[in-house]
Amino acid sequence: MLLNQFLLLSAFLFCTGIYGVLTRKHTVLVLMSIELMLAAVNINLVAFGALHNSPTDPGRVIGQVFALFVLTIAAAEVGVGLAIVLLIYRNSHSADLDDAHALKG
Amino acid sequence: MFFLDHAWLVPLIPAVSFVIILFFGKRMPRGGAEVGIAAVGASFVLACGTLVQWINRVRDADNAHGLGAAIGAIGRSVGRLGAEGSAAQVLPVVHHVTWFENAGVKLTVGVQIDGLAAIVMFVVTLVSLLVHVYSLEYMRGDRRFTHFYAALSLFTASMLLLVVADNTLQMLVGWELVGLCSFMLIGHWWEEKPNSDAALKAFLTTRTGDIGLLVGVVMSYWLVERATGHGSFNILAVNQAAASSSVGHTLVMWTALAFLLAIIGKSGQFPLHTWLPDAMAGPTPVSALIHAATMVVAGVYLGARLYPIFWHGLSIGTPGHGGLNAMAVIGGITVIIGAALAFVQDDIKKVLAYSTISQLGYMVMALGVGAWTAAVFHLFTHAFFKADLFLGAGSVSHSGSHHSFDMKKDMGGLKKYMPQTFWTFAIGTLALAGIFPLAGFWSKDEILVNAGHNGYQAFVIVGLVGAFMTAAYMTRCVYLTFFGEYRGGAEHSEEHELADDDAHMALVGHDAGHDADHDKHIPGFGAHADDGHGHGPHESNRLLTGPLWVLSFFAVFAGLLNAPGILKFEKWFQPRVAFVDVNPAKFSVILAIVSVVIALLGIGASYAYYWLGAGPQRLTERNAMARAGKHLLVMKYYLDVLYTDIIVGSLKGAIANGVYWVNQNVIDNVLNYAGKGAIGLGKFTYEYIDQRGVDGVVNGLANVTGEAGGELRKVQTGRLQFYALILVLAVGLFALALWIFT
Repeated sequence: MLLNQFLLLSAFLFCTGIYGVLTRKHTVLVLMSIELMLAAVNINLVAFGALHNSPTDPGRVIGQVFALFVLTIAAAEVGVGLAIVLLIYRNSHSADLDDAHALKG
Repeated sequence: MFFLDHAWLVPLIPAVSFVIILFFGKRMPRGGAEVGIAAVGASFVLACGTLVQWINRVRDADNAHGLGAAIGAIGRSVGRLGAEGSAAQVLPVVHHVTWFENAGVKLTVGVQIDGLAAIVMFVVTLVSLLVHVYSLEYMRGDRRFTHFYAALSLFTASMLLLVVADNTLQMLVGWELVGLCSFMLIGHWWEEKPNSDAALKAFLTTRTGDIGLLVGVVMSYWLVERATGHGSFNILAVNQAAASSSVGHTLVMWTALAFLLAIIGKSGQFPLHTWLPDAMAGPTPVSALIHAATMVVAGVYLGARLYPIFWHGLSIGTPGHGGLNAMAVIGGITVIIGAALAFVQDDIKKVLAYSTISQLGYMVMALGVGAWTAAVFHLFTHAFFKADLFLGAGSVSHSGSHHSFDMKKDMGGLKKYMPQTFWTFAIGTLALAGIFPLAGFWSKDEILVNAGHNGYQAFVIVGLVGAFMTAAYMTRCVYLTFFGEYRGGAEHSEEHELADDDAHMALVGHDAGHDADHDKHIPGFGAHADDGHGHGPHESNRLLTGPLWVLSFFAVFAGLLNAPGILKFEKWFQPRVAFVDVNPAKFSVILAIVSVVIALLGIGASYAYYWLGAGPQRLTERNAMARAGKHLLVMKYYLDVLYTDIIVGSLKGAIANGVYWVNQNVIDNVLNYAGKGAIGLGKFTYEYIDQRGVDGVVNGLANVTGEAGGELRKVQTGRLQFYALILVLAVGLFALALWIFT
């Protein structure tokens, strides 16, 4: 089984995502990075699901099902996220994350 | 056996109809009346089927038994087999389901069909059906027409629920529901104070008796427990337990007295009869259905249903103390006082109401003297002729007297205007008076014969006196309504008419006896808004006279059911299982002749007094004793005064004084000391606890929080990616910790 390879790919994607979230200034790019992280998680789930693929294993489809759920949640998250981005842009005429500092204490 | 096994449909159909009328009635072309009539009609058909099948069941059992007896007679030389001469056992048809179960006690709802239930079901559905039809015309244009029909349906359903009940608890439910419907229908025109007062009075007075029913139901439960080890509300079980030797006589007696209180309340017995005349404030069809034919006999039905309890508890079978027991005495008193009060009423419906009280007294008396069959038989015949009379009175007021019920002011001479109403009313009167061979004769006579046969001679006299009075006051009522001069146009020449009136009537305190309760049929009030026939008395239309003729038919022929030589009533309807041996006496020709002669004497006396002007006219004006007697009757024996002013008044006063004393001496002191203590405590609390303790803590907490906040706000940079970094680092730290420690 090529589980290791999948996990490595997933870890690479995840780290890429984290890097993007932490360093990119543009809000849309940050959102895209978050999508990368979610994709990494999905790869993990599907990989583990495929590992448990014997017909008698009661957990054999759980990974896939979880991946589907994650896709759904991700779609919703993007919808909400883009709406927020749009509003931020309207209010501050900028999509730069550093400009969105209303929460500063 | 379809009908016997499906008797639960009989109460269910009107119940469904009630819901339908209530929610959809107003949108229907005839305001829901069609649903009500159809439902009650269906119930009537089912009840007839049940009755027929029950009779077949009795007949089959008797035939089989007769065969067995014959075989037994043949084999008697060999051995004594069977042939005891007793009637065949006919088991009631019982179906029930569990309602709920608690701590091993199972409560059921179900139907128990035997002869008694079948015949009363027949009476209730028949009278209800006729009243439904009658009300189509009588209540036409009423502002609450739909509600009226809904309440009639609910009443029919609950009365039938009470009748078919197989346990006392279910009877209690039906009993309270009919009381509620009675309340709703008496107060149908509640906009006027006397009507709503009457409704309240009826409800509260019968509720007084209902306490007895509640106590009785609970006691009968323990009665069964004492007898069998398992408590039960089942009627058959209760009846069996009453005869059980392991139950003390005292317990049965108190149970019987508790149930007797319920009967007194519901069936208008002395001294709780005062609500029934006031209940005439309701629409007339309601009076006919509820306050003459069905609901008020619920008490008698209860007595008949649980008869073994009374039989054993009051030792009816073995009359001691000169043949007195509570039940017979109550009934006997009611016969006389009800009849006496009927003489001084000017309101035709009140005459009939007191007559109903008196006749219910006959039934309770019959139960009290051991004449079970006669009591139920009288219930059966009375329903027909009394409903006939009430509906006749309604027809008179509807078409003859401008919606008034006052015989002296607005009626008189109606015979020639309303011949059909007159003849049906006359038939009802003769039946009520007990003239051979109408229905009332047979049932009243049977009561008297059995009272004598069972050793209750005193009550034979009471019954005969009652028969005389009944005949006399009903003749007076017929005279005032249908004979003499028409007084309906009295608005114009009232003085003259009244003076004319006095010549006949020895009138004293004309207004004193006249309660204004019933003159609420004001045209245009809503009840009869589109009564387009104009003025002047005229015959009612067929919707009113049709039911009258049907009831008259039964008033004439129903009594033949138990005439000597036929005797079907006792054969078919007397319970034979878990019951006492009510052995009806043989018909007595002498007593029959005596009672008819006495009734004729009563009619003759009234005839002489009113038609011929003979006798002591204006006696009450000349003789102080007679005046006092009449005054007592007019004031209804001061029972209402006793209840509302003396009992309630004194209780109210005593309670108020007591409460005031407690208020002044106990509560005030408590409050004063509590107040002083509270002030002291308050000062202490303020100085020591509040100012020093609580304030210190609160202030300190606030300072600490403020400083901590000041430090922590530096962390809140407002930079999103800084937060994300912290998040990632924290997760990384956790992962590291997990890796190290596992």
